[in-house]
Amino acid sequence: MNSAGKIIEVKDMVKKFGQFVANDHLTFDVYRGEIFGFLGANGAGKTTAIKILCGLSLPTSGEIKVAGYDVYTGREQIKTRIGYMSQKFSLYEDLTVKENIRYYAGIYGLPRREINIKTKTLLERLNICNIANTLVREIPLGWKQKLAFSVAVFHDPELVFLDEPTGGVDPIARRQFWELIYEATGHGITVFVTTHYMDEAEYCHRVSIMSEGKISALDTPENLKKQYHANDINEVFVKIARNN
Amino acid sequence: MNNLAGFIKKEFIHILRDPRTLIILFGLPVVQILIFGFVIRNEIQDVKIAILDYSKDDVTREITNKILSSGFFVLSENLTENNDIEEIFREGKIREVVIFESQFARKLEREGKASVQVLADASDPNSASLVVNYTRGIIFDYLKKASKEAAQPLKINAEVRMMYNPGLKSAFMFVPGTMALILMLVSAMMTSISIAREKETGTMEVLLVSPLRPIHIIVGKVTPYILLSCINAVVIIALGYFVFGLPVKGSLVLLLAETVLFISLALSLGILISTMASNQQVAMFLSVFVLMLPTILLSGFIFPIENMPKILQWVTFIVPPRYFIEILRSIMLKGTGFFNIWQQTTVLIGMTLFFIILSAVKFKTRLE
Repeated sequence: MNSAGKIIEVKDMVKKFGQFVANDHLTFDVYRGEIFGFLGANGAGKTTAIKILCGLSLPTSGEIKVAGYDVYTGREQIKTRIGYMSQKFSLYEDLTVKENIRYYAGIYGLPRREINIKTKTLLERLNICNIANTLVREIPLGWKQKLAFSVAVFHDPELVFLDEPTGGVDPIARRQFWELIYEATGHGITVFVTTHYMDEAEYCHRVSIMSEGKISALDTPENLKKQYHANDINEVFVKIARNN
Repeated sequence: MNNLAGFIKKEFIHILRDPRTLIILFGLPVVQILIFGFVIRNEIQDVKIAILDYSKDDVTREITNKILSSGFFVLSENLTENNDIEEIFREGKIREVVIFESQFARKLEREGKASVQVLADASDPNSASLVVNYTRGIIFDYLKKASKEAAQPLKINAEVRMMYNPGLKSAFMFVPGTMALILMLVSAMMTSISIAREKETGTMEVLLVSPLRPIHIIVGKVTPYILLSCINAVVIIALGYFVFGLPVKGSLVLLLAETVLFISLALSLGILISTMASNQQVAMFLSVFVLMLPTILLSGFIFPIENMPKILQWVTFIVPPRYFIEILRSIMLKGTGFFNIWQQTTVLIGMTLFFIILSAVKFKTRLE
């Protein structure tokens, strides 16, 4: 899977807020086409890191490249190549499903004809044609989540960042959501996902586990379980937490 | 600019689908202008006064009759000596005493001038100055007619004792003030709330990650409000004209241009507030305390700047609506051209630029 090369290259990334070090010399790579799980407890520095990679925040120091561009100088080029879904799902509640899709597509500068065709395909694929003109406020959370993800990858980005995308939804909806993620990787989109549901880590190709601003472990779920003599990632996580 | 067009369209949808926003945008201006128009009355009616006439001649009697028959005043008491004045004021029965000096008619005839003293209860300075102005008007009106018949020019020295207040002469003071208030409310408060809402729902984050530049976000946010504020301004001017007979003596084009300038100022303040507020409540709170209260209290809208303590008078120099209200009054009531209001205009332009730069800097630092 790494034949296509690296899509994210991070070397010695540091982010300080005054005296507090949120990211302490992070170094990792993400390869094209993989699902990269970014795990850690709340406050471990996941959100800080994802914000830097998305261009929402500047690092204090370090060399960081996203989609081949430097985060200090190539922010605008990076923006057109990535998608982002926040933990709040970030849809407009007073817009209909269709309006939300068309609006976000417009923000990414897609031509109108392409928007029309792709909107139709998306509605059919998600099997939500019947609620296309329903306000987002009125649809169930699980659907909002799927819609938010579909909107984030609507413009066919090379890479999509998912910040805690499965918060607050039931296990079945989470399962269906991961099917959507696999479908996206099938189209060649790289997925960078943060989560604190350890069972979800099993779905990832590789996971990194953060604690206290540092990356404590980074490997495939299988290798991590072997390395820590654990039955699942949750156990790995607990063992890492104890070591600290 | 396909992406910007979509953004602006979305903003309109937000506004048009939210009944509360619509009420604030279009209901409030109409209700406010009508309420202010009918509550802040500048006409006086049946004001109780007392007369102290030391002369009791034909002229003083004629002037007294003229005052009492005007419909503005009702005689409460005829006083006989100075000592009564204090007491009758304290009792609160009357709001004004008119005192004619002795030998009023003789002095007027021989020397061509006589004195009348007008005392007003200035505990309510606004109405006191109105009452005094009406009285003076009636006396001078009498004088004008009498002068035509007399051999020499006549002069009555009307000595007024109270805080005199030139700002209240205009009967139409409230429309410019209400306009400033509403434009501030619609432009600044609504924009700051709508940006704060995007922060709350997390959509702002998504926008900042998208290729849309911050300047697009700002332009997209303010465009609908510029349009709606202009509509509001026109509605207010029309209401003032048709309901209250308020003229627009100066250039309508100049008036609208100045209005657009003030709207831009208010919008840049709104953006500035939104860079400081993390949610809608904070945005609302800041708008009310930083913008609304000074607009009502310190702009000369209701309370004349001349009557304020010196320190507060200095404070009014940094209250933008102060300048806008002066501009509006000049154009609407006095019909002055740009030449007379260029100073206020310059101040407003300077403030607008200052706030735009400040909010641009703050918007940027939020990213760091």
